[in-house]
Amino acid sequence: MTSFLYANAFLIITLVKIVLMLVILLTVNAYLTWFERKLVAHIQSRWGPHRVGPHGLLQPLADGAKFLLKEDPTPAGVDRFVYFLAPLLSLGLAMTSIAIIPFGPDPLPWLILGQKVYLGIADLNIGILGLFAITALGVYGIALAGWSSNSKYPLMGGLRSSAQMISYELAMTMSVVGVLLTAGSFSLRDIIDAQKNAHGIFGWQGIFSWSIFAGPLPQILGFFCFYVAAIAETNRAPFDLPEAESELVAGFHTEYASFKFAMFFIAEYTSMITVSCLCSILFFGGWLSPFPPSWTFTFYLPSLILIPSGLWVIWDGLRYETIWGRLILPGIGAALVAIGAALILLPALNNFIQGPFWLLSKIFVFLFVYVWMRGTLPRFRYDQLMSFGWKLLLPVSLVNVVLTAGAILWRGY
Amino acid sequence: MIPTSYYLVLSAILFGLGVVAFIFKRNVITIFMSIELMLNAVNLAFVAFSRALGQLDGQVFVLFVIVVAAAEAAVGLGIVILIARNRQSLNVERVDLLKL
Amino acid sequence: MNAPLLVFFVLAALAVGGAVNLILQKHPIHSALSLIVVMVSLAGLYLLMGAEFVAAVQIIVYGGAIMVLFVFVIMLLNAGIEEHTNFSKLAGFAGIPLALAVTGFIAAAVARSNDAVLSVSQTGAVAPTKELSTLLFREFVYPFELTSFLILIAILGAIVLAQREHS
Repeated sequence: MTSFLYANAFLIITLVKIVLMLVILLTVNAYLTWFERKLVAHIQSRWGPHRVGPHGLLQPLADGAKFLLKEDPTPAGVDRFVYFLAPLLSLGLAMTSIAIIPFGPDPLPWLILGQKVYLGIADLNIGILGLFAITALGVYGIALAGWSSNSKYPLMGGLRSSAQMISYELAMTMSVVGVLLTAGSFSLRDIIDAQKNAHGIFGWQGIFSWSIFAGPLPQILGFFCFYVAAIAETNRAPFDLPEAESELVAGFHTEYASFKFAMFFIAEYTSMITVSCLCSILFFGGWLSPFPPSWTFTFYLPSLILIPSGLWVIWDGLRYETIWGRLILPGIGAALVAIGAALILLPALNNFIQGPFWLLSKIFVFLFVYVWMRGTLPRFRYDQLMSFGWKLLLPVSLVNVVLTAGAILWRGY
Repeated sequence: MIPTSYYLVLSAILFGLGVVAFIFKRNVITIFMSIELMLNAVNLAFVAFSRALGQLDGQVFVLFVIVVAAAEAAVGLGIVILIARNRQSLNVERVDLLKL
Repeated sequence: MNAPLLVFFVLAALAVGGAVNLILQKHPIHSALSLIVVMVSLAGLYLLMGAEFVAAVQIIVYGGAIMVLFVFVIMLLNAGIEEHTNFSKLAGFAGIPLALAVTGFIAAAVARSNDAVLSVSQTGAVAPTKELSTLLFREFVYPFELTSFLILIAILGAIVLAQREHS
């Protein structure tokens, strides 16, 4: 038995990583919906969900139960195979794109089954290109969903949405070329390593070596093009006309009921997470800390954040109104304090956790900006959206490519 | 591990299936798709030979074939849209006279 | 039967199955979906041969752009199930055996050939993108620029063709 495990160690470890990644991803999606509802609510001066569990933390569970138990009707006259295929395609492709993203620089401090286990399922040589390939196929989920519903609002919504997606895909891929020229490789790990070795203004490292501030040309233009194009690509506000309630009933997923709608929903939030990961890896240094590597005292920052926030959660939990809140919240707080203390006491674990900590905090910041934009900005009209993509973003990303190439030649990189 | 001839046989089979689809299907869009299938079969042969000979010229040519297929699909589908508009049918057997 | 051979047979079966399904389906959208399956499995085969850049370009351009164009046109033109006409029984009787015979001849010729090239095994070594791009932009720069011109002509042609008459 053990010799079988050791012989196929790579395959077994990859399978375990895939299962773990799926579980973590679904949980993060669920709590991302909670985070979005709370944040949009607070932006709009109201409370979000706060009844179902302390601070509404069990709301995703209630939503999940609703999606599973609601009636799932299939409208008449749909093309059955395509109707059932579309949400599967959307969800499957969105989940696949997480496999390419590396979450940490070093392997785990322990060998598992004799192999070093890196944090990331697949590090492709064509990393970012593979991700764009998966995004390109994601258009089908929406187009086929709109068409197979045999109804005019979904058809219009589906066609508009897929036209929007393919228009902004071009701008998205062109805006990344500047980073690729600087790094010289498609692989995401190599891109972050290139940022580690770059020197910013006056030779400063840390935050000034990230792609957006350093290199032959600081990729500020590229970042803005990429972020805006990626928001349009994921059909989020302010580019969410094809699925807005007041415009097209619900766009391409009008005829989709409980579980299939949940699949589209999860696919959208997963692609949000993927875009945030990509932004932080390509332009903001991935797992590199904003402080120079020589300032090792900043290694205690995760503990410094975890312990006080854990204590605050305990204090807030003890004063909560319901009995469940008084039990669950101090438990969560105690767990946070325990993790923070463990990081101080085990330096090997602390060194290992630095990379993933910074990457996860950057991803969190981008998700925050995503939700912030949804709560604040009005929608684009469809013709404004298309002209913005073709007439502004695409030329700007092309100019970015030309300027970066010129800067590389001029500064002799 | 996998001999080149396996890839070439697969390429021949796909090409043959493309020819069969071209002859037997009546919808003009499906006929276009069979042309794309034939081009894909040829691309497979190119990449297989490029690997066998150890040169990358085959892969460069595959990129050109893909680009030409894209241009051809765009213009061809434009023509298909015009045919559909003027003759209200996508059946190639109804598009057999120059006059409407 | 080692792992690469197994993967090859799975991908080849998917490709051939998709191509056969393209012929057997009556609705063009199902044929289009089968063709997408063929293209993705061919991209998998390119990855197996180590041509990773070509695999990515195949999925992005063929699967993500050209086939999207086909799917859009099928949706916009509301193409329905193929009508059944009584033409060309001759094609049915003579065509399928002929096509099978041609394919069989090519396949047999390839399989029986003693040419050394044909038995070079496809190793798993990866084709570096850097050398591919060096080749593309040095030896093949003239065809490269010509293809960009070709795409421009195709864009103009498609726009002119699809315009409605301003009468």
